[in-house]
Amino acid sequence: MKGILKIAFKLLVNDKGKYAALLVGITFAVFLMVQMISIFSGILIKSSSTVINLGADMWVMDPAVNNVASSIPLPDYVLDAVRSIEGVNYAVPLYSGAALVKLRNGIFQPVTILGLDDHSLFGRPELIEGEIEDIYAENAFIVVQDAEVRKLGHPTVGTEFELNDHRGVIVGIAKVGASGLFGLPTLYTTYSKAIQYIPSPRFTISYILVEPKSPEAVTHIESEVRRLGYLALTKDEFMEKIANFYKYQTGLGTNILIMTAVSFLVGLSISGQTFYTFILENLEKFGALKAIGAKGRELIYMILFQAAFTALVGYGLGVGLCVLIIVLAKIRVPEYSATVTFTTLAFAFVMVLIIAAISSYIGIRKVLKIEPFDIFRG
Amino acid sequence: MDTAISAKELTKWFGEGDLRTYAVKEVSFDAYFGEILFVVGPSGSGKTTLLSMISGILRPDSGTVNVDHVDIWSLTPDQIAEFRLNKVGFVFQDYHLFPRLTTAENVAIPLILKKKDWNESIRDAEHYLDVVGLKNKAQLAPVKLSGGEQQRVAIARALVAQPDLLIFDEPTASLDGDTGRRIMEFVKNRILNDSRCILIVTHDSRIFEYADRIMRMEDGKTVGIEKRADH
Repeated sequence: MKGILKIAFKLLVNDKGKYAALLVGITFAVFLMVQMISIFSGILIKSSSTVINLGADMWVMDPAVNNVASSIPLPDYVLDAVRSIEGVNYAVPLYSGAALVKLRNGIFQPVTILGLDDHSLFGRPELIEGEIEDIYAENAFIVVQDAEVRKLGHPTVGTEFELNDHRGVIVGIAKVGASGLFGLPTLYTTYSKAIQYIPSPRFTISYILVEPKSPEAVTHIESEVRRLGYLALTKDEFMEKIANFYKYQTGLGTNILIMTAVSFLVGLSISGQTFYTFILENLEKFGALKAIGAKGRELIYMILFQAAFTALVGYGLGVGLCVLIIVLAKIRVPEYSATVTFTTLAFAFVMVLIIAAISSYIGIRKVLKIEPFDIFRG
Repeated sequence: MDTAISAKELTKWFGEGDLRTYAVKEVSFDAYFGEILFVVGPSGSGKTTLLSMISGILRPDSGTVNVDHVDIWSLTPDQIAEFRLNKVGFVFQDYHLFPRLTTAENVAIPLILKKKDWNESIRDAEHYLDVVGLKNKAQLAPVKLSGGEQQRVAIARALVAQPDLLIFDEPTASLDGDTGRRIMEFVKNRILNDSRCILIVTHDSRIFEYADRIMRMEDGKTVGIEKRADH
């Protein structure tokens, strides 16, 4: 079998024009599919960045919340009620909101403010400069070193700014796992300072972060919170809710889906058509092989090998090209959101296999129909 | 001489009902090891259809074909493919060489189909290219060869698996007179042996002198088999 596959390989790659056209079709399709889905994955990860960075196992929120940036304040009694639920190890308040800071050069810059529980600082980021205790100092804020920090003029420890006529000072620089979707720099402070500095409605708790005593307690906590008229979600459930919002309620997911389908069809039509032409041009040769003594299944193996080989090379080139462009884009535009996930790679791989299967199916049908007698007859 | 091929009452038709046309009708003949048998006749007389049935390519509607005492049409499709691979060598009218493979790789195809090691197959192919006088062209693409050279590559491919039965379809149709005669000299003197039977379908009366016997066909029937006086 190895020998006949080698013949198939040589027939394929020695026909440089056709082979290049086949590769271009599949590479293009894979590139577009992976690129589209990676951009969407990047957006989804960024949209859940607060949830990822704070790391709480459970989040309590108003049932109308559909993404982490649009919190609906909770009454203080909900915090007490959640703390009293059996199975809750601890529960802390979180302030999450937006504000305008005035920089020393007079420019106003919108920022995201996260106010951590004063007692536990639960969800605090990892500091790369400064000490976490300094967050309790007067006017203290910790800035996140991400793609957006340059919008604050690349602050260092000691940099001052104004926030609603309050003086603010950077006491630490932190790093986090994911930066936000909306291109805003992030400042951490304590919960009490956040509600003091930022004009707030009657209720000030954006979310309650919960640590259950055990994984088994999660269901009970969720049902008890539901009885209070609120919603408790695990970290994964909350991220899924946010993802669903962007997928189904913003039109973004539908557009990406359409673009992915179009990419698939473009790739299928280019490579399918080229492969079909390749088979047609070699049809007499396949017939001659049959006449010489090749069995039908050997010809099928040859065609499947050619299709699979082209698909795999095209897949590799497409993924490589996509990663290269994402890397280059991130160098030029740091906040560019695109993430190649294993799920995306697996999806594109399945799609490319489908392209190869459909293309080879057409070829196989043709080759199996050719009769050696037709070759003999000329 | 031993009987290589024994065809009995071979019939093949195409179409059904009023449209049924007989390509070959009740043809019987024997061919022997060590002889060159020409099948001649006008276009549409059934020569190619007859050879296709004898070589395991086209199933007859009735009649039997015994090759080396085996009724080939009682075999399964896979066994018939094996039969063609092991017992029959074809030289097609248009050669059907693969332009994307080297000359040696083209010749090695039957051995590769027989699952022989690639390198060994290429070595054997080069030996047969040497036999047909083309060893120095082994690494060239067939398109770089002349018509006569391509014909010899096709002959080397037909020979490489050492078949008992060699079938040539119009071997000189696209060659000039001199080249055609040289090819036939080569077939007669170097290819034919006592354990091989060669069947040649041709229109070309210039090469009839190389036949041991000539079978004439008209309208799907045999109209006579003549033995050449000088053979």
